[in-house]
Amino acid sequence: MKIKICLAILAALLISSLPARAQGKLNVIATTEDLAAIAREVGGDHITVDSIAKGYQDPHFVEAKPSFILKLQRADILVLVGRDLEIGWLPPLIQQSRNSKVQVGADGYLDASLQARILEVPQGQITRAEGDVHPLGNPHYWLDPENGKIVAREIFDRLVRFRPNDRAYFEQRLNDFVNRLNDEEKRWVAMMAPYKGTKVVTYHRSFPNFSERFGLDIVGYVEPKPGIPPTPQHTLDLINDMKRQNVKLVLVEPYFDLKTPNSIGRATGAEVMVMPPSVGGVKEVTDYFKLFDYDLNLLINAIKKTRTSN
Amino acid sequence: MKSRTIACTLIVLLTLCPGSFGQAPTAADLAALRAQIDALKADYDRRIQALETQFQALQGQAQPAQPPQVPPTQAPAPAGGQQPPAVEVPPGAQGAGGPGGSLPVYGGATAGSKVFNPDIAVIGDFLGAAGSNKVNPDPALEMHESEAAFQAIVDPYARADFFFSFGEQGVTLEEGYLTFPAIPGGLLVRVGKMRAAFGKVNTLHNHVLPWTDRPIVTNNLVGGEDGIDDAGFSVARLIPNKWIFLEATGQVFRGDSNDLFRSSKRGDLSYVGHLRGYQDITDNTNIDLGLSFSRGHNASGIVDDIDVGNFRTTLYGADATVRWRPLQRSIYHSFVGRSEVVWSRRAQPNGMQRALGYYVSGDYQFGRRWFVGGRYDWSKRADNASLLDKGESAVLTYWPSEFSQVRGQYRRTQYAIGPIANELLMQFQFSIGAHGAHPF
Repeated sequence: MKIKICLAILAALLISSLPARAQGKLNVIATTEDLAAIAREVGGDHITVDSIAKGYQDPHFVEAKPSFILKLQRADILVLVGRDLEIGWLPPLIQQSRNSKVQVGADGYLDASLQARILEVPQGQITRAEGDVHPLGNPHYWLDPENGKIVAREIFDRLVRFRPNDRAYFEQRLNDFVNRLNDEEKRWVAMMAPYKGTKVVTYHRSFPNFSERFGLDIVGYVEPKPGIPPTPQHTLDLINDMKRQNVKLVLVEPYFDLKTPNSIGRATGAEVMVMPPSVGGVKEVTDYFKLFDYDLNLLINAIKKTRTSN
Repeated sequence: MKSRTIACTLIVLLTLCPGSFGQAPTAADLAALRAQIDALKADYDRRIQALETQFQALQGQAQPAQPPQVPPTQAPAPAGGQQPPAVEVPPGAQGAGGPGGSLPVYGGATAGSKVFNPDIAVIGDFLGAAGSNKVNPDPALEMHESEAAFQAIVDPYARADFFFSFGEQGVTLEEGYLTFPAIPGGLLVRVGKMRAAFGKVNTLHNHVLPWTDRPIVTNNLVGGEDGIDDAGFSVARLIPNKWIFLEATGQVFRGDSNDLFRSSKRGDLSYVGHLRGYQDITDNTNIDLGLSFSRGHNASGIVDDIDVGNFRTTLYGADATVRWRPLQRSIYHSFVGRSEVVWSRRAQPNGMQRALGYYVSGDYQFGRRWFVGGRYDWSKRADNASLLDKGESAVLTYWPSEFSQVRGQYRRTQYAIGPIANELLMQFQFSIGAHGAHPF
């Protein structure tokens, strides 16, 4: 009898009302705040946008919280960074979302990396002796405005597929975004032109696309290998290398501990700066444009400071 | 018909010919005969040619001529604006728009075939034990488990996960199931052999536990290391509401789970129900609560494979987990506090045994690579609720990288019968192959 009661309760719970699907605005969920910011630019007020990882947390190590399952359950489109950035947490969320629209290969599943310019794609044999290496290339590609435009176009295509009647609206917003980004990019590149070739060290390999676009020269990393915490020997080698090459800047993502970078800074006289690689990395960076504005201003001020102190 | 006529003529000629050899042929006869043969030969040639033409025409009808060589992506433009007759080309056939070139040799080691191989990973779990335990001693050194995982998307509707557990003595299928992630109605359906959704620890594989062992309550009341792990169906559904994440899971199994459930006939199924509630308290802190139920036949009434006693075991469980992880320093600091309480009601020949058990644990990450934790165990035994086992553990874990860890655990166990066990347990865990999802 008790079994029957339990089964009846369970059946009642299972059969209870179907989740209400919001009609009208397209619901876009992005895995990071950067992709959410770009989606917002294209979709405007015809879509709702939410993201999973915060801009100030390490996007490699996001917890697959059940509250994210609820977000994905309601999504029409899931935009992800791809290149295995979310490999540790996104697959179980997608699987448990019960949402056929965002399953791998479905119309609502958008890997934003497919058309982007991807750097550091490993060649030949790769093993984990090289650390937590991404076999499909470096996933931090959004830090190049050119890739931002490519991602925006991909999002536009997908929005149009779901809402063909809104094509003109999305197209106008896409063009506006691309035009503004073109103008800003020219300004940013011009801002950085006097400092082209500045040698820097970064904590993780988060800035290859950024460096390529704005002319930085990354000569080393605080991590000995991707995903491997700093070791004393590597730190010593890095300090010697920085002294030899006169490197005066250490860029650290907001989610890494500053203890080792600060000791490197003290040993080399380098400026240690927390540079957000993502929208939301610091309070002021609330959209895709402000990300570059903030980072480049921070960088230029730091370069100026190191030059005057020399 | 024509060929038969020719053959008959030949036979008649051959039959007639020997008769004519009886007389000496004249030159005129020979010439006449030669002329006849020439005429016949010419006739045969003409007829054979006609037959060959007919045969080729018939072949042409049965098999269309080779299509002109055009690039596969270019569709030939219909001449004069006329649409060519639509011919259905089977998928994979030449002209069907599939990949060109030779077809793959199935079973052969072609590079392309590896694209669809499942993600493969192997996780090694090496255990060492020192100290004294006279009641339930583990080996001094043991390659406790090598878990091989094969995971892939089956088709647009399902994915499959297989976990084989290789011990030093043999291999078992720990889990092997098909998941349908997008069934209408918001259901998540699984079919196969799986760890049942009873509480928290029962669902976890060894390599994601924060200890080298499993709590005493698991061993005493929930089927030991393998726990409730059986073949069956699972249906889980999110219960929509405004406040929290709420998920209900119902599972039906064959009824064989180690010492816990034993099925002696097809009707002896076991059942598991689980209700999970989860809520983010802040961005950094969340709480996860669960209620579980399970029921199935136990082995105490089985004599010669017949369930004479028809005795059943019923389990009730409650679990609570509190997690804290500051998002900005999520790779350096975290805390997980957890407790599970299980109440077992086991019918057996000497009467109903009502046994309670629980554990409380806490694990704190104090560095990128370092974790410290503790666990308190308290559990009666399912088949004799008057016996109580208690234990305390302290654990220290070091992660060289995301893919390996070294763990030491001091465990003090006060068994109901026998001397107190004081042990130092050591564990090396390492993972190769595909990057799996981080446990939550």
